[in-house]
This record gives sequence, structure tokens and C-alpha cells, in this order.
Amino acid sequence: MDKSTLKYAFNRTLPVLFGYIFLGFACGLLLYNAGYNFIWVFFISLFVYAGSGEMLLASLLAARASFGTIAALTLLLNSRHMFYGLSFIERFKKAGKFYPYMIFSLTDETYSMLCATRTPKHLSDGKVITLIAVLDHLYWLLGCIMGALMGQILSFNFKGVDFAMTALFVVIFVEQWKSFKTHIPVYIGIICSVISILIFGANNFILPSLISTVGLLMLFRNAVDNAKQTKSEAIEICH
Amino acid sequence: MSLNIYSIIAIAIAAICTFATRVVPFALFGGRKEVPVVITYLGKVLPPAIIATLIIYCIRNVDFLTYSHGIAEILAIATTAILHIIKKNTLISIGGGTIIYMFLVQYIF
Repeated sequence: MDKSTLKYAFNRTLPVLFGYIFLGFACGLLLYNAGYNFIWVFFISLFVYAGSGEMLLASLLAARASFGTIAALTLLLNSRHMFYGLSFIERFKKAGKFYPYMIFSLTDETYSMLCATRTPKHLSDGKVITLIAVLDHLYWLLGCIMGALMGQILSFNFKGVDFAMTALFVVIFVEQWKSFKTHIPVYIGIICSVISILIFGANNFILPSLISTVGLLMLFRNAVDNAKQTKSEAIEICH
Repeated sequence: MSLNIYSIIAIAIAAICTFATRVVPFALFGGRKEVPVVITYLGKVLPPAIIATLIIYCIRNVDFLTYSHGIAEILAIATTAILHIIKKNTLISIGGGTIIYMFLVQYIF
């Protein structure tokens, strides 16, 4: 591995370094508070490797959720990843024997980092994207293990630190709210959740809520598509 | 089932399901087949609905009818959202919201 490739990849991943150390730290703390020491946290972060997915896993483990709930929630929370790969079907082949690893490690951050990376001509794109993926994974592991160790060492009162997961979702929510032309999907999600909580209770609501959300989104497909168009037309007229 | 065995199975399920979502496009469309319209539609509209659901999931056990009426949660969520709208920096938003929440639940409520 030549130095210039490593240097280029490292510079590219600096924003992820700070983000992952911080988020990983919070995630490691959550897992530690759920009863998992740094050895557990190392393996969880190595194999599960998904920022929000792993935070969710911490709360599911703490609640001793059923395997079915864990599978359904993980699949649904990560369902957005299904669309990330579409942009890299050809490019990942350049990674050679790391092709499966590239698919495995395609997190939100690595995805956006790779989208924004146009490898200079004198470097190998296959090597650069592989290094970016590996470095991001290392930052995440480092942050998670630091969080778990700090939880163990510090006698600081960490009560309430689990709000970091809520805050992460709120941040994603704000960003999606701004970029979306129609908010019908959000309203459908909220209505389905509230009704499901009233019917099934706070600890069993998520599956019925998500199933009815998908159903309603299919049912109102025309309305959602039209709302998107009307808004974009309106914006075009304004311009 | 012992807690260790439960944990190992739970983690394996989470790992497999996470990988499964990432491998889908490569397995299905690796041969440059057309992506069905309904899949692209759901891919666009599902994420905001799921994130809204997950925020509700996070506060599912808050009792708004008795003291403290979820005031800490509401304040911390508002802080996070406002910080993010103003500063547009993920770390500041998550850090600020979490610190406010920890302060509120440890010292006020």
C-alpha cells in the first residue's frame, strides 16, 4: 500500500473520523449500560457495523427484545441501505477481493464519503475506496471501544445518555424534513405509530405501525407523487 | 436461555439483517436489471416515515399524563432540532441535546 493513497484516503475520511469517534463513543456507552463490556462491544461493532442500527440494537438488547422484533426493526431501519448500493454496483468491482467487504461496510457515512470522492487519476480508485471503507470501520470500532471503556472506568453519572439515539434520529428527521417536498410520509408514520401504541401498547407497537405505514404509503402513492409534483411545479413557477 | 446465548443470537441476527439490506441491490441488480418503480418509490418515501416512527419508539415509555409529563424529552428534542436548524452540525446538535437531557433528568426531574 503506497503512502500517497493512504494519505489521500485518510484526508478524505477526516470528517468521518470526528463523527464516528463521537457517535461510536455514545454507542459504546449505551451498549456498556445495557450490560456489554468492551469485548462484546468490539465484536458487535465489528460485525453489526451500523451507526443508528447499533444504537437501536443497544436498546433492544437492554429490553431483551424478541428475535423477531430485532430482525424486523434492523431490516426496516436499514432498509434505506438497499438504495445506497445501486450507485456502486460497477465501482465496487474495482475493489477486487474486497468487493464483499465494500458491500458489508456501506454505512450512511461511508456512502456519502464515497459519493463525494473522485479519485485523482494517478491513484487507484479500487484501493482508495477500500481504504476509505476500512478507515471508517476502524474509527467506528475505536469510538465504540472508548465509549465502553469510559463507561467502565468513569464513575460519572451517565443517566440520560441514551438520549443520544433519540437526538440522532431527530437530526436525521430535520434533514429529511428540509429535503422533502411532501410531508405525507411523515404524517402517515406518526399516525400509524400513535394508533398502534393505543391498540397494542408501547412495547409492541413498532411492527404493526411499520406494516400499516408501508400499506398506507402504497395506498396513497398517487397522492404522495402528486404532492411532490405540485410542490416542484410551484417552485419552478416561483423561479 | 442464558443471557450470553440470547445476546450472541441477537447480535448475529442484527449483523445478518444489516448485511442483508446492503447486499440486496448487488444481488438483484448486479446484472443491470431495471429497478421496479414501486421499489424506488418506497425507497424515497419510507425513510422519513420510519425515522418519525423511531423517534416515537424512543419516547414510547414517557408518560405525558403524570408528572413530569415528558417535559425533559420535549425540551431536549426541541433543543436538538433547533440547534440543528441553526448550526447544521450533527455533533453540536446531538451533543447539545444529550447534555441538556442528562442535566434535566439528573438534576431537575
